[in-house]
Amino acid sequence: MSDLDIQKLSMRFDLPGGGSVQALKDVTLTLKEGELLSVLGPSGCGKTTLLNIVAGFLAPTEGTITLGGKKVTGPSAERGMVFQQGALFEWMDVRDNVSFGPRMRGQKPSQYRDEVNHLLDVVGLGDFKEKAIYELSGGMQQRVALARCLANHPDVILMDEPLGALDALTREKMQGLVLKLWKETGKTIILITHSVEEALLLGERLLVMAPRPGRIHKEYRLPFAETGVTQDLRQVKKTAEFGAVREEILGMIWDMEEEIMGRQEGA
Amino acid sequence: MELITSLAGELRTVLGTVLSAAPFIIGYVLLILGTLAVWKVIRQFLQPRRDYSALKTVTFGDESAVTSNTVASVISIALIFVLWGAFTGSKLLPGFLHVPGAFTGEGSFTYTAQGPDGSTDEATVMVRVFPAGSEADAPEAALGEGFAKDDGLAVQAYRSELLRFDDNDEFTRDDGASVVAIDGRPVEAGGPGVDVGFATVNVTGRGTLNITPDTGWQMEPIWLPAPEAVWSQLVKISSDGFRNSTLAEHLGYSLFRVIVGFLLGAIVGIPLGYAMGLSDWFRGWFDPIVEFMRPVPPLALIPLVILWAGIGEVGKIILLFLAALWIMAIAARSGVSGVRISKVHAAYSLGASKWQIMRHVIIPNSLPDIFTGARVAMGVCWGTVVAAELVAAEKGAGMMIMVASKFQSTDIVIMGIILIGVVGFSIDMLMRWAERILVPWKGRG
Repeated sequence: MSDLDIQKLSMRFDLPGGGSVQALKDVTLTLKEGELLSVLGPSGCGKTTLLNIVAGFLAPTEGTITLGGKKVTGPSAERGMVFQQGALFEWMDVRDNVSFGPRMRGQKPSQYRDEVNHLLDVVGLGDFKEKAIYELSGGMQQRVALARCLANHPDVILMDEPLGALDALTREKMQGLVLKLWKETGKTIILITHSVEEALLLGERLLVMAPRPGRIHKEYRLPFAETGVTQDLRQVKKTAEFGAVREEILGMIWDMEEEIMGRQEGA
Repeated sequence: MELITSLAGELRTVLGTVLSAAPFIIGYVLLILGTLAVWKVIRQFLQPRRDYSALKTVTFGDESAVTSNTVASVISIALIFVLWGAFTGSKLLPGFLHVPGAFTGEGSFTYTAQGPDGSTDEATVMVRVFPAGSEADAPEAALGEGFAKDDGLAVQAYRSELLRFDDNDEFTRDDGASVVAIDGRPVEAGGPGVDVGFATVNVTGRGTLNITPDTGWQMEPIWLPAPEAVWSQLVKISSDGFRNSTLAEHLGYSLFRVIVGFLLGAIVGIPLGYAMGLSDWFRGWFDPIVEFMRPVPPLALIPLVILWAGIGEVGKIILLFLAALWIMAIAARSGVSGVRISKVHAAYSLGASKWQIMRHVIIPNSLPDIFTGARVAMGVCWGTVVAAELVAAEKGAGMMIMVASKFQSTDIVIMGIILIGVVGFSIDMLMRWAERILVPWKGRG
């Protein structure tokens, strides 16, 4: 079992002008294989820092992360990442972007061709395999990013606001796609988002983080991701239960924001 | 203090020149506006455009609505040649477009000489003005009556000639004879001249007559040759060569220096830039050197390079190497620093090694910057090679125009300048074409 285990993670760094920032404090979390966790919080709550530490791009000052019993010390192919945008390679066409991981492992085209084609069909880009990246729309580019990540067979997929730059309609379609891929592949996914609705829809588990220092404020277990796999997402959003949780979390984040503003005015 | 005074004096001279040019600049601008007005009238009778920007109501201030007007470009280029032809009396242009040229042909004026006894006598001077490059004898003059005899004189156009009017007269200047009037208008020795219709005549301090035929508005070929003269020089030099080398050799040598110097600069500069972009030690090591050398114009290095390496090919290529080196290093450095961190992160989390990230992410990502740098470097190299050849060279485009200028062969100088411009422009076009083919993703990241 490749469970992701985060133990007492803290992160503190010095500022150039003196003083220091406590970006994360005592974050402890265990994610079972195949779980879908969404992370929500006001800006400055350390959610991107948390994701970067899990990806191995940053080293925590305290605490450890293990994946399947192995300690995380740097980036590696078992933890794939999907970025907000601009992380595709413009000098390669769609197919070469998606096959990047297998190619870097030294696989021959015959070994990865079928799977890459299949993945591109799954994300709906079957007709765009030879297109240049800059010829695609933003939503299509994010589909390529998803396929590229999946083609590399990571144990955990880390998503840093992958749908943040998309328009509302495209975003809704992509949310459905993420759920579908999650269910089909059974991957562990951590999704960072600004959107409360997205966090509720996609998060099997939902983490609300609080700022200064960045910490876990509250955790939810939600049914919407499960139902969203089979039902229309817009129907899910209309349910009373969904509305109630949304209001609760929105209120929570509002309070945090107000507190930050108040603190800044007081300072 | 002295410096400031002398600089202020120079500034006055410069501003005076600018002011004297102002009417011409204003006239040119008015001409442009005039053609614009004419074009607006003509356009009403043409099929109107139906594209998107034709429907824009706001065009003033909308940069995207301003595209280069081809008609204006054609008129502008044509006007340059028409002006060139008009002011040089070009045969390619119908005569009525020529501005008044220098007087050539025959003319005459009379002078009134006063003898030592106070008596006066008139005599006629026949003047033959012949164009430059030909020869002519002075016209025969009948001696006429009285003590002052008629004279004949040949003058080359744009030159002036002194006439010792008394050579054939009965009284000479030594006797006390002098000219008191020209064409009936009184003159003084050393005073202002008299316009006699085709020339200006004045009496010099020594009492002789100085005849300056009218030069008109046209340029003397030694200042500005006609377009056809430049063209015929091009034809002549491309078949006969110039200074023991064919035209192809001159241009070929210049291009050879540029290409070799640029390639060497790129071969060293690009890895240097990568090293500076990827390692703090290399960045710290080379930053002071690069930042200092970059603002030093390559031309300032010419004397040192000549001292060290002589005026042969090695010296020139070292110079061009130095011209390209810093530009390419800085371009490669900014290409590396400009890589989006998310691309590198993505490659790492897809399992790429450092070397694979270099090969598949950093290098391709830096190519657009390197191409921009290469375009700049090629332009600088081309300018530098011409300047270096002006200083000292056996062959080359710059050497050609420098030597030609020493022999006052202005037609070759202008031909050389045009060729240098054409080659420089072609290099830039070639680089842009290569850029479109090789880095199509440029600016679309």
